[in-house]
Amino acid sequence: MAPSRTIEPPPQVRARFLRNRLVWLGLLLTLYWASFGTEISPQKLWSGLERSWQFIVGSPERPNSGFFPPNLDRLGEYLNEMVITIKMALWGTALAALAAIPLSILASRNTAPHPLIYQLTRRVLDLFRGLNEFVLALIFVAAVGLGPFPGILALAVYTAGILGKLFSEAIEVVDPGQLEAVRASGASGLQVFTHGVWPQVLPTVISMTLYRFESNVRSATVLGLVGAGGIGLYVTESIRAFDFKAASTILLVIIVSVMLVDYLSSKLRERLT
Amino acid sequence: MLGLPIRLVNAMVRFPNGSSALQGVTLSFSEHAFTAVIGPSGSGKSTMLRLMNGLLRPTAGQVYVGENEIGQAPERLVRQTRRQIGMVFQQFNLVRRLSALENVLVGRLGQMNPLRSTLRWYSKADLAWAMHLLERVGMAEHAWQRADTLSGGQQQRVGIARALAQRPRLILADEPISALDPKTSEQVMELLLEISREDRIAVICNLHHLDTVSRYADRVVALRKGQVFLDGTAGDLSPEVSRELYYGEAEAEEAPAPQEFSPV
Repeated sequence: MAPSRTIEPPPQVRARFLRNRLVWLGLLLTLYWASFGTEISPQKLWSGLERSWQFIVGSPERPNSGFFPPNLDRLGEYLNEMVITIKMALWGTALAALAAIPLSILASRNTAPHPLIYQLTRRVLDLFRGLNEFVLALIFVAAVGLGPFPGILALAVYTAGILGKLFSEAIEVVDPGQLEAVRASGASGLQVFTHGVWPQVLPTVISMTLYRFESNVRSATVLGLVGAGGIGLYVTESIRAFDFKAASTILLVIIVSVMLVDYLSSKLRERLT
Repeated sequence: MLGLPIRLVNAMVRFPNGSSALQGVTLSFSEHAFTAVIGPSGSGKSTMLRLMNGLLRPTAGQVYVGENEIGQAPERLVRQTRRQIGMVFQQFNLVRRLSALENVLVGRLGQMNPLRSTLRWYSKADLAWAMHLLERVGMAEHAWQRADTLSGGQQQRVGIARALAQRPRLILADEPISALDPKTSEQVMELLLEISREDRIAVICNLHHLDTVSRYADRVVALRKGQVFLDGTAGDLSPEVSRELYYGEAEAEEAPAPQEFSPV
């Protein structure tokens, strides 16, 4: 009989096992820590389920309670407001893309005129993304007053931060050989961009912009909650007035519209890229 | 018109990482129609070519193109000089998502104002000229095809048409056939030779294959470790000389690692 051999993993492999276990343990401890102050409670969820169900379907004791059937009396008005919401997303995204193109040139290592400008522009883009649309909308409502316009501005600033970063990442991976050839023909910096960089990043620019448009339609539906225009205002108003049957119509309008926009936009992305 | 005289005076190039690509090269290019530049990888061939159209600036020394010194000149002057010099690349470097025709029109950018070029509003004359050049290199039927759908040989033909679109007085070719099969290589070399003879455009061409060199070159410049190793004709390339050029003497093993050029 041959002597049996024990298979011992080398020390670095054992160290890796240990490290993996510590990572999992750390994650669990973090979640445990996060349960304090946040009132995570399965019992509450369970007892709340029944009430939620009553809230949605309505209870026989109270007249006019529940979300069903939806009240379609003001459907035309809601649809009109939904169209305005989509228009807000359109303008917000368009302004953002327009701003993001020059910003992304300055925020890409290979096209920035100076490393300092690169750093500075990156930080500006971080700043744009630092606050979410909702908070930005609060600020713009204070600055320019109620209505869709501050909503558009909020979407534009936040989206410019995102698109600027995404575009610059696309610019940083363009093939330098193609740029060199354009430069070698005696082209100016602008022409190197329009004929060397732009053709290479265009598919990314289109698909990212459309993608952000989809998510801006979703964001725009809640901006009304802070008075920044769109259908969100109708959601709050109807719920505050306990008019749940109207609220359900509005929510249906939102859901169907968002799904439709997502579908059309993704079809368009497939076609164009 | 006999090309564009170029003079390198003690030109040195050192890259930011400290490696040295050219260590004091002095050369004149004027009367020879077809100059081959040879030498092992990392000998500084590509670097030297890129000094001549100002894609790279010398760390020390001067680069004269025509009357102008472009080594230290402002970007604007370098750009103007560059317009008279066409360049052909090893990897063709066509803008892949543009059509063959628009790639040729890239050669006209130097003459276009920013508004027109941004709107891609090419003049009738430029379009006709680009079409004519595509015909000349045998690519007219592929004019509207996207560059990345063309074969290597076809792409290089478009690349040559792009260089010609500038109406250059000189063409720099950086290993134009290294990425092509033997038959296509021959066709591309014939095309370059024909252009240089018929249009009287001087061609300075980095090459790897010595039989190609002896077939086409009027003059041969050999670089080794960033210095001029030989300046003569193909006849000077005896087997011993080329052996020494590529394999070096005893110290070959301790030679610095080859430094590939990477565009910034």
